[in-house]
Amino acid sequence: MTTAAPPAPTATRERHRRYLFDREGILGSLLLLPSVAYLLALVGFPLVMALIYAFTNITTGNPVLHFVGLDTFRAALSDPVTRTSLRNTVVFTLISQAIVVVLSVVLAFALRANFRGKWIARFLILLPWTTPIALGTIAWLWMLDSIFSPIDWVLSHVGITSPNSHMFWLGRTHLAMGSVIAVQAWRMLPLATVILLAGLTSIPQDVREAAEIDGAGFWRRMFGIDIPLLLPISAVALLFGLVFSFTDMTVVFVLTRGGPQNATQVLASWAFFKGIEGGSLGEGAAVAVFMFPVLAGLAALILRMVSRAEVS
Amino acid sequence: MAVVETRGVRKVFVGQTPAIDGIDLATKEGEYLVLLGPSGSGKTTLLRMIAGLERPTEGDVLIGGRVVNDLPPRVRRIAMVFQSYALYPHKTVAQNISFPLAAGGMAKEKRPERIKWASSLLGIDHLLDRKPRQLSGGERQRVALARALVREPQVFLLDEPLSNLDAKLRSSAREDLKEFQRQVGITTIYVTHDQVEAMGLGDRIAVLDKGRLQQLGTPHEIYHEPANTFVATFLGSPPMNLLEHDGALVGFRPEHFLPEPLVSERDGRVPFEYRVDRVEYLGSDRLVYGSIPAISPGTRVIARLPFTVTTPVNEGADERFAVAESSLRFFGLDGGERIPAQPFKLKGVSA
Repeated sequence: MTTAAPPAPTATRERHRRYLFDREGILGSLLLLPSVAYLLALVGFPLVMALIYAFTNITTGNPVLHFVGLDTFRAALSDPVTRTSLRNTVVFTLISQAIVVVLSVVLAFALRANFRGKWIARFLILLPWTTPIALGTIAWLWMLDSIFSPIDWVLSHVGITSPNSHMFWLGRTHLAMGSVIAVQAWRMLPLATVILLAGLTSIPQDVREAAEIDGAGFWRRMFGIDIPLLLPISAVALLFGLVFSFTDMTVVFVLTRGGPQNATQVLASWAFFKGIEGGSLGEGAAVAVFMFPVLAGLAALILRMVSRAEVS
Repeated sequence: MAVVETRGVRKVFVGQTPAIDGIDLATKEGEYLVLLGPSGSGKTTLLRMIAGLERPTEGDVLIGGRVVNDLPPRVRRIAMVFQSYALYPHKTVAQNISFPLAAGGMAKEKRPERIKWASSLLGIDHLLDRKPRQLSGGERQRVALARALVREPQVFLLDEPLSNLDAKLRSSAREDLKEFQRQVGITTIYVTHDQVEAMGLGDRIAVLDKGRLQQLGTPHEIYHEPANTFVATFLGSPPMNLLEHDGALVGFRPEHFLPEPLVSERDGRVPFEYRVDRVEYLGSDRLVYGSIPAISPGTRVIARLPFTVTTPVNEGADERFAVAESSLRFFGLDGGERIPAQPFKLKGVSA
């Protein structure tokens, strides 16, 4: 190889550059870069900061990182409002999701049927999801207004309540919790319905017809075929719903700000009031960190269910 | 067991040409009836109307002498095997087979016996605990059959049940299907686009095209006495040769078109000057492609010679070939309907 031709480095480099994007590794990393940057800046960084803050006594008035170990957690746990918030969060999440699961199954089945105006029904059901959460909730704030509530007006005109009486939806502890849960369910329902509808549509037509020919009536087809085949995808819908509701504070913040007397206070809103409005960043972070193990466990559990489930 | 009948059945899907355009058809008791036609001929639509999965636009469907138009599939006491088999993916084989029993209200303790009977009849006893995705194509087909059979339906409907199997498996499955129907003796309607399946399985074949019944008859009748040019060319591979001559279409099967000495004089030999373009060796047969210039130089005429015929046939040469007059079929020029046989005289050629 003594007479090997001299290499043509520029030409090769030129060619390399031209085919650079054909290499999946490089193109893939480039395309992933924006979302990774986004996640690191807006999820990763705040999470790390929250974890650090939770072990310090930092306040907005004195922004110095002074580690106090578990003191913030001790303080948060000894506060009865934190315990109320924890209980409220669980109640709020579980009940709103139970409502969503039942209603979304019913709606998905109804929307699968062919009828006139099907697309408009689908559109209307999706609408709450497309409305900004805060705006939608503000509309509910008016609906549930202590004096001008149209719901009160309807109830008294139908004769369920006495004329000109007021329910004070957001002013009584149980009604306030009920209202917050109902609005949360209203907001989560469209996504769950669409996910289930997609799941229902993916069940082969043949399989459903086979069940019909095999003699199965409506209920047997529903509980013997459709719902079992929907289970994996409904687990996904449930995971989303649980995680969103467990960490959400928009509905509570707009409707009740946690009141009356912390009856609707949830962990997220309590962490916000304590850390941002109250200024004790350390204690607020500690409350927020309470949510972390629950969510991690939940996510792991349901993801395992999904991977185990039968998908033909 | 029951007779299935359709009376003047039409099915029109909104905005489309009729899928089924007036079909009168009746099975016999315990018969194996094959619906044969190309894709889009309406055969599956017809089957789905019998099953109750589609409603006829006009006309009646009768099962066991009763009009079932308004009955949902589940009360028609039919069983259907789908092209995809449509097994319930989340249920085991045993649960799949037991589903129709449960739906039919059979007591739980009676079901295992029926499951055992159906699964041993189809040789799938060892698969009962598996899920459908763990089965091969052939096994799935058997499970689908067992599920259809288990509650002893009045009528069996099979929608191309072999088309998802590979060629080798298909021929053995065909044998099994025939044997299986012989054992259970249930009226069966079988949809296929495969003429080999139709000929091999059917007691009678109903040939469909463009939503109409073209011919109903035994495999022998369909093949040898086709009612029109569609049936003549749809069956047989290669299809019947058709030549325009003397105001009619003259047809003869490739296997009847032989070197002249092989057609006996007694059968009324009709000889032709055959211009051979190409010869294909297919092992058991030789396919000869060419034309008959004296009648229609532009029309391709195919001869099929079994390997026992050793007469040399040369590409590019004019050979003397002949057809027995009894093998000629005549069809009208417009519409292609069969017309009575007529004496065959070649113009300007002395026989």
